Amino acid sequence: MTNNPNWQPSASLEALQRRAQLLAEIRRFFEHRGVLEVNTPILSAAAPTAPYLQSFHTTFELAGQSQTRYLHTSPEFAMKRLLAAGSGAIYQLSPVFRNGELGRQHSPEFFMLEWYRPAFSLTELMTEVDILMQQVAATAPAVVYSYAELFEQFLQLDVHQVETDMLKHTALQRIPALTADWQTDRDGWLEILMSEVIEPQLSQLNRPVLVTEFPPSQAQLAKIAINAAGQSVAMRFELYAGGMELANGYDELCDAAELRQRFEWDNQTRQQQGKPQMPIDENLLAAMQSGLPACCGVALGIDRLMMLSLAKDNINQVRSIAFTES
Amino acid sequence: MASYSTNEFKAGLKFMLDGDPCSIIENEFVKPGKGQAFNRVKFRNLKTGRVNERTFKTNETVESADVVEVELEYSYSDGEFWHFMDPNTFEQYAADANAITDSKDWLKEQYLYTVTLWNGAPLLVTPPNFVNLEVVDTDPGVRGDTSGGGGKPAKLETGAVVRVPLFIEIGEILRVDTRSAAYVERAKKE
Repeated sequence: MTNNPNWQPSASLEALQRRAQLLAEIRRFFEHRGVLEVNTPILSAAAPTAPYLQSFHTTFELAGQSQTRYLHTSPEFAMKRLLAAGSGAIYQLSPVFRNGELGRQHSPEFFMLEWYRPAFSLTELMTEVDILMQQVAATAPAVVYSYAELFEQFLQLDVHQVETDMLKHTALQRIPALTADWQTDRDGWLEILMSEVIEPQLSQLNRPVLVTEFPPSQAQLAKIAINAAGQSVAMRFELYAGGMELANGYDELCDAAELRQRFEWDNQTRQQQGKPQMPIDENLLAAMQSGLPACCGVALGIDRLMMLSLAKDNINQVRSIAFTES
Repeated sequence: MASYSTNEFKAGLKFMLDGDPCSIIENEFVKPGKGQAFNRVKFRNLKTGRVNERTFKTNETVESADVVEVELEYSYSDGEFWHFMDPNTFEQYAADANAITDSKDWLKEQYLYTVTLWNGAPLLVTPPNFVNLEVVDTDPGVRGDTSGGGGKPAKLETGAVVRVPLFIEIGEILRVDTRSAAYVERAKKE
C-alpha cells in the first residue's frame, strides 16, 4: 500500500474508445478473411526457453500438492497445438506477460494479437500484416528490407561476413553512449547496432518497415533457409513503425527434433548465465511430431499499435491502468 | 553509500558516474529484438552542467550521489567565495566561482536561491526564474515613449545588463527573467 494511491486510469476516455474500436476492426478484418478467433490458456506448466525472456510464475495447489504454472509470454505454443489438430487459420487477442520489462514502450503485462496462416509463405504473411496496418491504423504502405541490406546501407557492413571485432569497433564508434568496457556476443553487437543506429533512421522514413532474412543465430522458432544469394538466413521478419518494434513473424519451424535441440541449447545458455532452466513444452513437441502443417505466424503488440495510431509516446497512455498502479 | 539498480532509475535520481555527481533526465528501457535488455539513460553532469547519454546493462548498479537541493539566502562575497545562509537554521555555506557561474550576475543580498549541495557543499547556485532588481545605470529615459520599440541596455544592481525600453530610468525597479536575461515589466519598490 503506497501512501499516495493513484487510482486514476492512465489512459484517456478517448484512448479507451479508440482501443475498443481498434479491437472491433481487427476482429472484422479476420472475420472477412475466414480466420477463426481462439482463446488458449494463459497458465501453462511449460514455458519458453529463450534466455532473455523471463516468465512470471505462480503456484497451482490441489489437495496439499503444489505445482509451478507459468503465465504465457505469447500464446504461440498452445496455438500451434490447435494448428496440429487441424484448426486451419487462427488468431488470438490476449494479454501476455513478460517479467522485468518495464519502460516507456514496455509493460510487463501487455496485449497481443497473434495469428497463424497454414500454407502462407512468409511474404504472403508480411503482405497481410501490411494490409492490416493500413486498414486499422491508417499507416502508409510498408517497405521491405533484408537485415543485410540495412547493415549495408546504414553501416557499410556485410552482415554475413563481418568479424565480431569489427561489429564491436563500429558500435563503440557510432554509439557515444556505449562505454569501452561494454561486453556482449556477436548477436548482442548486431542487436545494439540495430536498435541504436539503424532503427532511429528507419523511423525517419515515416512508414512501417518490414525487416526480413535475419542471421540464422537469431532464428528463434523460425525455419532457416538459403536465400537467393546463397546465404543461410532465418525465415523471420520484424515490423518497425514509429520508432517501435511492433511485430515479429516466423515461417514456423515444424521439425520437432530441431525444436527440441533449440530448447535444450537455450537451457544450456540459461545455465551458463545463472538463470533458471525452463520446463520444455512436451505437449508442443508431441503436437509437432504428429504433424504441424507448414505455416507462418506473427505476433503484433496491440498497445504499441495503439501508441502509433494515437501518436502517444508512453504505453500507459493507451492501457486503461498502468502496470505500476495495477 | 547506497546504490541503485537500473530498475530504480527514474528522472531526478542522483548518482555518481566517473567521480562526478549526475542527475537522470530520462531513462529508457530498451530490449532489442529478443536480445539482452539495457537502459539508455540521458543525464546531466551536475558539476559541468553537460547533458550526456550512457547505456547501462539491466541490473547494473550505480552509487547514489549525496545531492540535495536547498533554498538559501545570499549573504555576501569576499571575492573568493560567495556566502549563503539557511534562513531557518542560520547555517552558513560558501560557494566557489564554479558554483555561481550561471548566477553571479543575479546575486542580491537576502534573496533566496536554489543551491544544489553535494556532500554538504554548494555545487550549483540557481537563481529564481524572476527577480526584481534596481537599475543603476542606463541612458536618460525618453519621456512619453512607452512603445517599447528600440530599447537600450541597462545595468542592474547585481551587475547584469539587460535590454530595456527607452522610458526606463536609473533607480527604477525591474522584473527580469533570469533564464533569458530579459526585461519583463516595471515593478514597484519593495
